[in-house]
Amino acid sequence: MSSLDQSLKVSGPGAAPDDAAAQRDRRSRRRKTANLRFKLYGLAAIVFAVGMLATLVVSLIMTGYPAFTQTMVRLDIELPASEIDAAAPSDANYGKFFRDALYGLFPEVKSPPQRRNIARLVTQDAEYMLRDTVVAYPSMIGKTHSIEFTASDILNQLHIGAIDRELPSDRRSISDAQIAWYDKLVAQGRIRAVFNTALFTEADSRHPEIAGLWGAITGSFYALMVCFILSFPMGIAAAVYLEEFAPKNRWTDLIEININNLAAVPSIVFGLLGLAVFLNFFGLPRSAPLVGGMVLALMTLPTIIIAGRAAIKAVPPSIRDAALGVGASAQQVAWHHTLPLAMPGILTGTIIGLAQALGETAPLLLIGMNAFITQQPGGILEPATALPTQIYIWADSPERGFVSRTSAAILVLLGFLVLMNGVAVWMRKRFERRW
Amino acid sequence: MTFLEGQAERQGIAIGASGDTRVRSASPAAHPATVATSEETPIKMTARKLSVFYGEKQALFDVSLDIPDRQIMAFIGPSGCGKSTFLRSLNRMNDTIAGCTMTGEVMVDGINIYDRVVDVVELRRRIGMVFQKPNPFPKSIYDNVAYGPRIHGLASSKEELDEIVQTCLARTGLLDEVSTRLHEPGTSLSGGQQQRLCIARAIAVSPDIILMDEPCSALDPIATARVEELMQELQKNYTIVIVTHNMQQAARVSQRTAFFHLGTLVEWGMTEQIFTSPVDDRTQGYITGRYG
Ligand SMILES: Nc1ncnc2c1ncn2[C@@H]1O[C@H](COP(=O)(O)OP(=O)(O)O)[C@@H](O)[C@H]1O
Ligand SMILES: [Mg+2]
Repeated sequence: MSSLDQSLKVSGPGAAPDDAAAQRDRRSRRRKTANLRFKLYGLAAIVFAVGMLATLVVSLIMTGYPAFTQTMVRLDIELPASEIDAAAPSDANYGKFFRDALYGLFPEVKSPPQRRNIARLVTQDAEYMLRDTVVAYPSMIGKTHSIEFTASDILNQLHIGAIDRELPSDRRSISDAQIAWYDKLVAQGRIRAVFNTALFTEADSRHPEIAGLWGAITGSFYALMVCFILSFPMGIAAAVYLEEFAPKNRWTDLIEININNLAAVPSIVFGLLGLAVFLNFFGLPRSAPLVGGMVLALMTLPTIIIAGRAAIKAVPPSIRDAALGVGASAQQVAWHHTLPLAMPGILTGTIIGLAQALGETAPLLLIGMNAFITQQPGGILEPATALPTQIYIWADSPERGFVSRTSAAILVLLGFLVLMNGVAVWMRKRFERRW
Repeated sequence: MTFLEGQAERQGIAIGASGDTRVRSASPAAHPATVATSEETPIKMTARKLSVFYGEKQALFDVSLDIPDRQIMAFIGPSGCGKSTFLRSLNRMNDTIAGCTMTGEVMVDGINIYDRVVDVVELRRRIGMVFQKPNPFPKSIYDNVAYGPRIHGLASSKEELDEIVQTCLARTGLLDEVSTRLHEPGTSLSGGQQQRLCIARAIAVSPDIILMDEPCSALDPIATARVEELMQELQKNYTIVIVTHNMQQAARVSQRTAFFHLGTLVEWGMTEQIFTSPVDDRTQGYITGRYG
């Protein structure tokens, strides 16, 4: 320390030794505060970012969690053998059986408009649910069964406490009479809240209580499959060619710049391209996951190429030299050594690219994947929605039930994204540098 | 020999057994400051007026040199003088470097390896290479050795392949050390073992010539001694060219030495002569440690 002091003192000619020491002290103090300030800025930025994320997730959970429970109404349905043809059970008048059971609970209500208000407590699709159940289990005919029906949106909202019954009746969507009937049903033990499996097993519907995400999930799945099948091999082929075979000249530089720029093109532009080329020019079906997947593949391709090239570049040249040294051809080097070693990196990039594609909305809107479709798609050519476009549709629907369902759908989408990114991170960890 | 003879026929060149070509006393024009060798030795490779460029930059200037058959030839010289460049041009590894061009000729058994009809892949099978840093494939020890024979179809059955692997590992003295863990990754071996594995991998495709670029520079003295011993053993069957900046090593293992300086071949000849009575001042300066 003393020799350092001396050398510093010597290095400040003209200044008195004490002066120099004071200056040095000041400088070091200033450096320390600057360091501290810099650290604090970083910390503040992180706190802010995490805070925003937490706000987002918490608000989504707060609005979305009611959608994960569904209120059910249990009714005793009589299925008289005389009125159902066992040979053609689907032709019977199930609306009547259902209404008989429902109105039977409130014998005092006689007027048709009042009765229709009772019917509004249960989903409008109840009679079809009943029909489908009986068709599936014909042995039910001729007996009376206790069957649970999905409650309507208003009853559901009331039961889970989303509607405040203390509000004046003109400011809530459920009438006083309906609340009274609800109380009676509760008193009879006919109301029960269950986990909302329909959210995951049903397709879209006009009625929020029976609208689900399954159609959108299968639509997204098909679109991602098409996207993967197109972009993965093409991306790898392009990356291998550019890294291993392409001469380094102006043309390959140009291609490289263009690929990097392609990754930054706004996604709606790809949607317009898909609309103009795939739909209008090639006449492919609207709203089909095939076209959605093709458009998403255009967007994912640059991501995969860039990730693939980085992964291939990371394979040490010594491995290539070793293979060339025993007489492997360029193609053998790529297939036997470079690609297998780069594959974890390529797959990680691919998963991240697919996760991006999964969340992409704009291009799918342009090719019509935001249609109202109440059936899950049976294949890549059938009209379908995707998760983000389903969220878009629901967010646009006025019914109360869709508000929470929108948040629930966002949570499901986020869940898939977190899962995919988690797999990518895990793969990166698992296969980190083996040489 | 068959491959190159085939190539030769296609080129319309008649060649005899490699023993027919002899090192003739070098003409001063082609071999500046060369110590002519007294005894005649069959030669395996010949470079004539070889110049190599990296883009605009010339790394080798008109190098002409004969490499004797089934002997060890060492290339020495200060680093950056073009030893590796020259070595890599002997099995066309420089082809893989973008912007690397060359002029001149390299003849192996009388065939110019830069001729258009020569199959580079087959050439590299015939001229194996061992690199400065041990570079086993990130595969099992077995697969490291078996890879070459597999891609060249040298074994028709699993038994034959096993046989090749065992022989090559035995020749490099590795078999006893690794016989129980043939299926563990080659990268799990020690540095010296890895380098011997790389040598085993090189000889597994039965080359004629093995080029070694500072094979011991990453090894400790004991592993180095082991590899040197191995080179002496291999020399009976293979022509070996070794780049080293360790002059004791060159003196210990090689019969011939070539000294490079700033991209030119300054002097080459019998190792003893180079080390005891060099003709050129630069050689003298280098071996006495004045620079390097
Ligand atoms: N891939 C390359 N690209 C450009 N220049 C190179 C390359 N490899 C080697 N060189 C240059 O060629 C000269 C000779 O290098 P090298 O043959 O590796 O020397 P040595 O092996 O004797 O140390 C050096 O000046 C080096 O900078
Ligand atoms: Mg070198």
